[in-house]
Amino acid sequence: MKKLINDPAQVVSETLDGFGAAHADVVAVHHDPDYVTRAGGAVSGKVGLVSGGGSGHEPLHAGFVGAGMLDAAVPGAVFTSPTPDQILPALQAADAGAGVLAIVKNYTGDVLNFETAVELAEAEDVAVRTVVVDDDVAVQDSLYTAGRRGVAGTVAVEKIAGAAAERGDDLDAVEAVARKVVANVRSMGVALTACTVPHAGKPSFDLPEDEIEIGIGIHGEPGRRRIPLASADEITELLLTPVVDDLGLASGEDVLLFVNGMGGTPASELYIVYRKARALLEERGVNVTRSLVGNYVTSLEMQGASVTVLRLDGELTTLWDAPVHTTALRW
Amino acid sequence: MALDVAWAVDWVRESARTVVEHRDELVELDRQIGDGDHGENLKRGFTAVVGKLDALAEPPAAVGDVLKLVATTLMSTVGGAAGPLYGTAYLRAAKATAVPALDPAGVVALVEAALDGVVARGKATTGEKTMVDAWSPAAEAAAASAAAGGDPVAVLTAAAHAAAEGADSTVPLVATKGRASYLGERSAGHLDPGARSTQLLLEAAVVAAGRAS
Repeated sequence: MKKLINDPAQVVSETLDGFGAAHADVVAVHHDPDYVTRAGGAVSGKVGLVSGGGSGHEPLHAGFVGAGMLDAAVPGAVFTSPTPDQILPALQAADAGAGVLAIVKNYTGDVLNFETAVELAEAEDVAVRTVVVDDDVAVQDSLYTAGRRGVAGTVAVEKIAGAAAERGDDLDAVEAVARKVVANVRSMGVALTACTVPHAGKPSFDLPEDEIEIGIGIHGEPGRRRIPLASADEITELLLTPVVDDLGLASGEDVLLFVNGMGGTPASELYIVYRKARALLEERGVNVTRSLVGNYVTSLEMQGASVTVLRLDGELTTLWDAPVHTTALRW
Repeated sequence: MALDVAWAVDWVRESARTVVEHRDELVELDRQIGDGDHGENLKRGFTAVVGKLDALAEPPAAVGDVLKLVATTLMSTVGGAAGPLYGTAYLRAAKATAVPALDPAGVVALVEAALDGVVARGKATTGEKTMVDAWSPAAEAAAASAAAGGDPVAVLTAAAHAAAEGADSTVPLVATKGRASYLGERSAGHLDPGARSTQLLLEAAVVAAGRAS
């Protein structure tokens, strides 16, 4: 294992120290317990937005703290969800009297810890609603699994719900728009290589040089099936087809196309994937009216990518376009 | 003989020792079908519990007080699914053991309450390749041993033995709960790390009981 780290046990806290120092104009880092808030604190009268999850997915989630998006983010240990005693102060810090929306990715650990924290927050008179993101179509049947995972589509939920909160929508309205995004966003990912969690010291799964994993999650876990390495165009079609089919996209509809890098894949390859995904959508008569390409929801140094499609309407487009000022997303 | 507070404290210390000893094994089991953090997370949690025990000004009065300390510490240090699951298991067990020492029925109550906590938090049943597959037979075996007139150590030993068999029984299963469920059929052929750690913790309880008697 070659990594630019000091002590595996200090990776998260040292990351946060550097992150906070580099971006003191946007975020404030808190320790014991670890969480991140907007530099200026909660905005009076605005619905607060909080998300969190394991570290190792940077810039998710702390990179999306700032005006127009999250009020607080809670990073757990690497690939391990945060604990309730971390989440609770983040929920309290994000509450400016209008309540808080917690955005949770559908992983067992994230759901259980947020559930506990939300109960504790409600006991402290903080009004909290929870939206669980489950955009990963690789997990087909929730009857036989823990349900679809929440992956890159989380960025769209955080951006759009964040814009709704920023313009002054109340908790009911912010929750409703977040659920609307969840209902209309789907993703599928591929890993070309595994990644190495600092405290594990070896790759999170064994993948031969000439094989790839289709349908991976974002915690370094293996995917649903393994296939021989194929061309970028072939892989892109394998990722996009189930996404489009699951959404039931029809000709004439508008979408956001988001190609996300898993951390170890260069931008050039992400654009090759984007190019093919866009062509496939256009063949179906689907209009790509908004785009995002880059490393936003990563798995450490894993090579790979995910393709996310969000069905857009006028409201979602307006909220996507609204100004955002975070360390990882700004326009 | 009864299992008292000193036993409970020794159980916690023995748990920490065994979790550290088996850290790499649990990480590897989890790496095969999950994300490879189970051993590290439990090591972090139980190391914190021992730190809190060492810092106590006075020894706890009831077995349940020791288990409550374990519960709250695991909840605030472990994270992942294991933190809430074990946290809830120990919290329920703590409520069931608010006495200075456990008789046979008390040991049964401890294991049954832990099982109830895991089931309530994780919404899993047996056969889904989770720690329930170790806790559930442990609770049944404990009750059977107590009904047959076993002393507290015998009841605990029966529970640990059944947990070990239950953990082994997870190998051929296809996971339908937790992280391993995403592997589908490919999860078969692997020992569930949560069931294995459950077995280790109950075996630690027996080791501590052996020292107490």
